[in-house]
Amino acid sequence: MTVLAVRNLTVRYAQGVPAVCGVGFDVGAGEVLGVVGESGAGKTALALAMVGLPPPHARVTGSVRLRGEELVGRSDAELSRVRGRDLAMVFQDPLSALTPVHPVGDQIAEAVRVHSGATRAAARARAVELLDLVGIPGAARRARAHPHEFSGGMRQRVMIAMAIANDPVAIVADEPTAALDVTVQAQVLDVLKAAKEATGAAIVLITHDLGVVAGFADRIMVMYAGRAVESGPVEEVYRRPRMPYTIGLLQSLPRMDAAGTARPAPVDAAPPPAGGCAFRPRCPVAVDACAGADPEPVLVGPAGHTAACVNTEATADPDAVFPLPDPMPQPALAPRRERPVVLEVDGLVRHHPLYRGTLLRRRAGTVHAVDGIGFDVREAETLALVGESGCGKTTALMEILRLARPQRGRVAVLGQDTAALRRRRRKALRRDVQVVFQDPFASLDPRMRVADIIAEPFAAHGLRAPRGRVRELLDLVGLEPVHAGRYPHGLSGGQRQRVGIARALALEPRLLLLDEPVAALDVSVQAGVMDLLEGLRARLGIAYLFVAHDLAVVHRIADRVAVMYMGRIVEIGSVDEVYGRPAHPYTRALLDAVPLPDPRLERRRRRVPLRGDPPDPTAPPSGCRFRSRCPRYTALGAVDARRCEEHDPMPRPMSTDRESDQWAACHHPLVEAGSGT
Amino acid sequence: MITGLAATTAPGRPAGAPAPGGPPRLPRRIARSRRAVAGLVLLAALFAVAFGGPLLSRWGWDDTDFAAFRQGPSARHWLGTTQSGRDVLALTLRGTRRSLLIGLSVAVLSTGLAGLVGTVAGFAGGRLDRVLMWATDLLLVLPSFLLVAVLAPQLGGGGLVPLLAALLWMVSARAVRGTTVSLREREYVLAARFLGASPARVIVRHVLPQLASLLVVDASVNVSVAVIAESGLSYLGFGVRPPDVSLGTLVAAGQGAAATCPWPFAAAAAMLVLIVLAVNLLGDGLRDVLDPAAGQGRGDR
Repeated sequence: MTVLAVRNLTVRYAQGVPAVCGVGFDVGAGEVLGVVGESGAGKTALALAMVGLPPPHARVTGSVRLRGEELVGRSDAELSRVRGRDLAMVFQDPLSALTPVHPVGDQIAEAVRVHSGATRAAARARAVELLDLVGIPGAARRARAHPHEFSGGMRQRVMIAMAIANDPVAIVADEPTAALDVTVQAQVLDVLKAAKEATGAAIVLITHDLGVVAGFADRIMVMYAGRAVESGPVEEVYRRPRMPYTIGLLQSLPRMDAAGTARPAPVDAAPPPAGGCAFRPRCPVAVDACAGADPEPVLVGPAGHTAACVNTEATADPDAVFPLPDPMPQPALAPRRERPVVLEVDGLVRHHPLYRGTLLRRRAGTVHAVDGIGFDVREAETLALVGESGCGKTTALMEILRLARPQRGRVAVLGQDTAALRRRRRKALRRDVQVVFQDPFASLDPRMRVADIIAEPFAAHGLRAPRGRVRELLDLVGLEPVHAGRYPHGLSGGQRQRVGIARALALEPRLLLLDEPVAALDVSVQAGVMDLLEGLRARLGIAYLFVAHDLAVVHRIADRVAVMYMGRIVEIGSVDEVYGRPAHPYTRALLDAVPLPDPRLERRRRRVPLRGDPPDPTAPPSGCRFRSRCPRYTALGAVDARRCEEHDPMPRPMSTDRESDQWAACHHPLVEAGSGT
Repeated sequence: MITGLAATTAPGRPAGAPAPGGPPRLPRRIARSRRAVAGLVLLAALFAVAFGGPLLSRWGWDDTDFAAFRQGPSARHWLGTTQSGRDVLALTLRGTRRSLLIGLSVAVLSTGLAGLVGTVAGFAGGRLDRVLMWATDLLLVLPSFLLVAVLAPQLGGGGLVPLLAALLWMVSARAVRGTTVSLREREYVLAARFLGASPARVIVRHVLPQLASLLVVDASVNVSVAVIAESGLSYLGFGVRPPDVSLGTLVAAGQGAAATCPWPFAAAAAMLVLIVLAVNLLGDGLRDVLDPAAGQGRGDR
């Protein structure tokens, strides 16, 4: 039964192109519609228009019917009776969506009381019941806690509890898991699933993550430049996408299930033109007719699979539209053991002291941000540091970048111990160690032109940039000479990140440290930047230390991977080994939590979601730090379990094979030395 | 930001114009701000009159016309004369000159000091930061007006400018330090540091431009504060000493007879108002031009 019917919905801001243009869909009770698209595709404008909360200067036309009742054009007061009761919303950022000054139990109780007129006591009891339903341990006690006392995942559970408080008919969830780690994302999606089953609500799930949609949604709608360009059942669309944009999106995803050499196809960013199909400039199968009228959705498959494309004959074979590029030619390299070590880290420690009190400051504790990690990076290889947020991966990177004496341990760059460096030598060494940051919008000085930004490394070292070097660097990272005169705000995200990379390469470094370089970019842009990084490494023989949380990205770009948990490396080894047969239960859990962008595989997977959140970093558990969340620990006998409680596991090799260098810090690894091949 | 939207501006720009790829250069942007232009013109006019006027006037500021005591405006003395037969116009111009010089040099000195101490403390952090901020706070709690009143006579006429500057910089230094601390953690500042750029270079290239609007507003406020403080001090007898004059001494001398003979008083007061107005207009205009937030709506983009 259709409970939410949207027809010809258009959101237009004061002037210019509409943010959402003629979108329509139906969602039945208990059905999940996944809405995907890049940033700027109009996903959030659509969500806000549906719940009647568009920005004040926006004009919404069309129709949104909830159980046959028209919502568009109703006054705010009338809508308020529907919102929160029949139509609920889950926002992306649960911290700003909850009031910081009231306990969460009261906030949920308020949602109940506003619409049902329940007594205060009944509403409170209902709030506790709801918190219990979304899996918050000790619900009665936690209902009295304030939002800041919850972790991000727990706050999102509270939001879901509030959304289902009045048994809604439909829930609109706008990127509910975008701000969360994969392990927590998996938990929250499970809660959302349980909430759907408990209420039978229709869910509109807005996300940029095709993996989330694959596992959770029944139908999918792909948006591009404000229009729904393709929609249909999830399995059908993933298997036989017919709109070139959907094809490009699916082909550009880095996937963990593919063989090691497969590369995603980059889709080039181009501005949408006026009139005709908006995807035309990026489309490889564009024909003259594309420039005419807006393409109407046409039926291209069973169960209402439609694509808004005039040239669907050409899109029957996805590989013909966006062919997967040939594997990057790998230069012949000496075996790893014989290549020179570029970066060596041994027992690196970074503790942050915590102080209390203003007048008499006393030490209240220590955050063990990085607590004794060791690895080496050799020439022309990529080591990725992965882990949940707060595991210390970025701190480790910054510690290395300081090129100064660490609190404890040793860092050696190109054979030079950073603790022994004099100022002059340190500055000279900086030429060989460069960095690329995560946020391409924050890492470029907004007041400098691109040419000046790229030439800055020369100026910083008192050199004159050789003639034509800036142009050469722009060319190297795939930018045009005209970009040299622009300011950063005149560039797109992907272009800015390329400028950041060009700046890092200006002095021909030997080691590049990358802090989540593609995390802030759209998937189709990500693929291009990763291609660039891979090509540069092959051509210039640079070593990369790559910090990331996205395991699919790491699988694609890294040779070796180090998994961090609470300041320690729990497992390290080549990507093939670690992804193929993870030894540490935490690695296994991380890999399990990554949603695969393939509905059939994703639904078939059996996984044990990791329980809870990482423990308080000031007081790690005794023995093995992962013990409190470890699925393997709970299944152990008393004798084996005691080892986990009493002894801090040290990294040890997981295979007797000479070629293998997989190490894990676990007393009871999933693969034992000798059992492997 | 939106990838597609950001890129739309790019191809629309006429090709073949390499340099003006971004916003226009600073002087042109200033020229577009009405307030800044008005303030600049007024200030220039004041300077021209204060420095050029005495050359044209037949009376010097220390000349005495024994034929005219306490007279109203006439062809001979455009703004009349004082009780002692001095030409009011010449005196006012002389006073304006003193006040302008004092105001501008105090502003430059104090804002410069605030910028220097604030950026160094904020950027260096640690012990240096604590020492500098401790000293700043110490100066803040001293009763400054009293201090000037006591010290100004000791130091003589030349001491007034450094003294006023030394007492005006502390609050802005704290503000500058706060902004610098947050700028220091910006990724592009981190990037420059990890590039190998020296702290001085990072401050000059990346931190100061972001502070420009703050410093300009601070300087313009300081001009007004200094002019008014100087006038106040001179009025009380602690500032400029006779026989030299400033706008403050002129107001003080003229006020007794303001009811019967308003010329000396009114002329000096009007000049004071004009100076403060010009500087505030210029400061407001410059802030609009320099502030990136205000720059979003710049016409041509």
